[in-house]
Amino acid sequence: MDQILQGLREATNLHEIVTKRELVPQINLFEFSAKETAAKTKPGQFVILRIDENGERIPLTIAGANVEKGTITVVCHEVGKSTKQLGTLKKGDYILDLLGPLGKPAEIEKFGTVLCVGGGVMTAPLHFQAKAFHEAAHKVIGVIGARTESHLIFEDEMRNVCDELYVATDDGTKGYKGLDFLKELLKKTKTDRVIVMGPVVTMKVVSELTRSHGIPTIVNLIPIMVDGMGMCGACRVTVGGKTLFACVDGPDFDGHLVDFEELMSRLKMFTPQEKLAFVLQEERGGNL
Amino acid sequence: MSKPKPEIKKEVVPMPKQDPEERTRNFNEVAQGYTVEQVVAEAERCLQCVKAPCVQGCPVEVDIPAFIQLIKEKRFAEAIRKVKEKNSLPAICGRVCPQEEQCQASCTMGKIGDPVSIGRLERFVSDWERERGLQITEKPDTTGKRVAIVGAGPAGLTVAANLAKLGHGVMVFEALHKPGGVLIYGIPEFRLPKKIVEAEAEYIKKLGVTMKMNALIGRLYTIGELLDRFDAAFIGTGAGLPRFMRIPGENLCGVYSANEFLIRVNLMKAYDFPRCDTPIFVGEKVAVIGGGNTAMDSTRCALRLGAKEVKIVYRRSRAEMPTRAEEVENAEEEGVVLEFLTNPRRFIGNERGWVKAMECIRMRLGEPDASGRRRPVPIEGSEFTMDVDTVIIAIGRTPNPIIQQTTKGLQVTKWGTIVTDENGKTSIQGVYAGGDIVTGQATVISAMGAGKKAAKAIHEYLMSKK
Repeated sequence: MDQILQGLREATNLHEIVTKRELVPQINLFEFSAKETAAKTKPGQFVILRIDENGERIPLTIAGANVEKGTITVVCHEVGKSTKQLGTLKKGDYILDLLGPLGKPAEIEKFGTVLCVGGGVMTAPLHFQAKAFHEAAHKVIGVIGARTESHLIFEDEMRNVCDELYVATDDGTKGYKGLDFLKELLKKTKTDRVIVMGPVVTMKVVSELTRSHGIPTIVNLIPIMVDGMGMCGACRVTVGGKTLFACVDGPDFDGHLVDFEELMSRLKMFTPQEKLAFVLQEERGGNL
Repeated sequence: MSKPKPEIKKEVVPMPKQDPEERTRNFNEVAQGYTVEQVVAEAERCLQCVKAPCVQGCPVEVDIPAFIQLIKEKRFAEAIRKVKEKNSLPAICGRVCPQEEQCQASCTMGKIGDPVSIGRLERFVSDWERERGLQITEKPDTTGKRVAIVGAGPAGLTVAANLAKLGHGVMVFEALHKPGGVLIYGIPEFRLPKKIVEAEAEYIKKLGVTMKMNALIGRLYTIGELLDRFDAAFIGTGAGLPRFMRIPGENLCGVYSANEFLIRVNLMKAYDFPRCDTPIFVGEKVAVIGGGNTAMDSTRCALRLGAKEVKIVYRRSRAEMPTRAEEVENAEEEGVVLEFLTNPRRFIGNERGWVKAMECIRMRLGEPDASGRRRPVPIEGSEFTMDVDTVIIAIGRTPNPIIQQTTKGLQVTKWGTIVTDENGKTSIQGVYAGGDIVTGQATVISAMGAGKKAAKAIHEYLMSKK
């Protein structure tokens, strides 16, 4: 019993960055020590972390878990003050808080052919899910996208777990230009389920494309949230006319029922404050 | 010949407070506490009734006449020890308990004048002790029994302290990054400074309790998994889910639940943005929907964050408000406008998805409802529009559901609260529960009262087990 208590006490300590790797400029992969979280993590779930005493609670979708090592992996895009601050941390540094896993795990059942569409930084957690589908002996068709070729991440990793992999960029520097090619792909391939993880626009566009084919389409939503366990309601989304909380009712939802316009509008709620924090940080030369 | 008794003062010694105009520009504590002279003068008013009706009104049965007598004699160290025999969180209770409905409601002095301000006396001695460094009496022999407490709010902390004092090994699992529950995320700094919550939690740690933060039970471990490692468990997860109105426009930007608004301000210290990273937006015209303490706290935070006009919009009248009279008085002093017998029907947005107005309807009071209060009835045709740019919905909270959803065999009511006997025993052997998770949204002290009973029951259970 004392050993168990000792173990639990150790787990109250800070979380060490075991690995940090820059995948492309401004997108970093972090592996944090988080033994208990790693043991419970399933694809589709997320963590909330806090860098230091004045830090905000940052929700990040989990991109992998290693039970033996006792670590979880997240991939983070530097888009604001806090994510930029996270980007300045190095291997061996610590963060103050890590809470998770949060949210309901993704459904990994015998669906048949699954089309996994990942955009930008969310390609990493999508890979975690695609791998689970692959291991469950599904046929997995992967699509990964980014703004431009140099921003693509997890291409090799995805290739390893997909039966077919398609690449798309907004500017056509690699693979298909945009997502229009999906129309043809959906026509020629019998698809039983579609998973989309990426920018809200991508999730919206793909959901629109699959609607006419009647293919169940799951989107993974990370709206603005504070506590991540159902208390604040900041992450409320309208799904099929009902208000649901992404943190506890999701984060996976039926893409054909989500009100994406409302979600996009709510994601901008604190944009002026976020810009202010970012500018102040830049003025200090990125020093925190 | 006996000395003539000094005449007892009928009026309470007033509490020094920050000036309203000054205090709406800061988050410092409003009520500043008695001086030694004031506390002794107030203690002198206690009649030392033999029957002590005040004690009967206290959910944790603090020996009130005894500690007041010690204050009269300026024996403050002994006075706080007397309080702590029964109450592990006195600095908090002295500030946020509804004493006027509990200990002070039956105070004999109340029949001839103001009741003795027991809460302010309790606050004084706990502050006196904290400022001088907390004293821990010697630790008891360990029993070798282990108890897991889920939730570091008022109920959980009370159970933890009481069981630690009996020599049990206690580990508290808290999902947020700081202990205190509603005391840390809900009640604002100017009413309950966070350093006081931290000090009370520190005291409980010194009693030997281990606190594990960022541990959401139900996801990280189930109750069943905890029972594999501990001899008993207590669930004190509270009522932390926001209730919404379910009317059109509720998801517009600028519409917050009171929980979101207060978590940002209190737990995340958004009032100190950008030094603290969590942002908040407060416009010029703020409407807070609801008439409870949470609604009052929200209005007063909004004022301090720079709102020009803050209104309470409440569907009943002043008499039915569930808030403490003192809190309404504080809010009105600070300039909060109370709009009674009014209810929103829908929120109206601008082209960018932000709330810009609220359609309301006037109400009248009809027959009494299940709560005994007269039911508000809409007056058709009385609709009007109120311009607002921020709305805070403070119409109540419901129980946290994660444990109920993930614990097999745990009996739950249709409202989502956990079923227990009067001592907090649930349908699972070795599992106890108390506080808002059992009663639905209530007060800090009633949760502590439930915690006290549960601790006693857990102790008896542990000692009867081989």
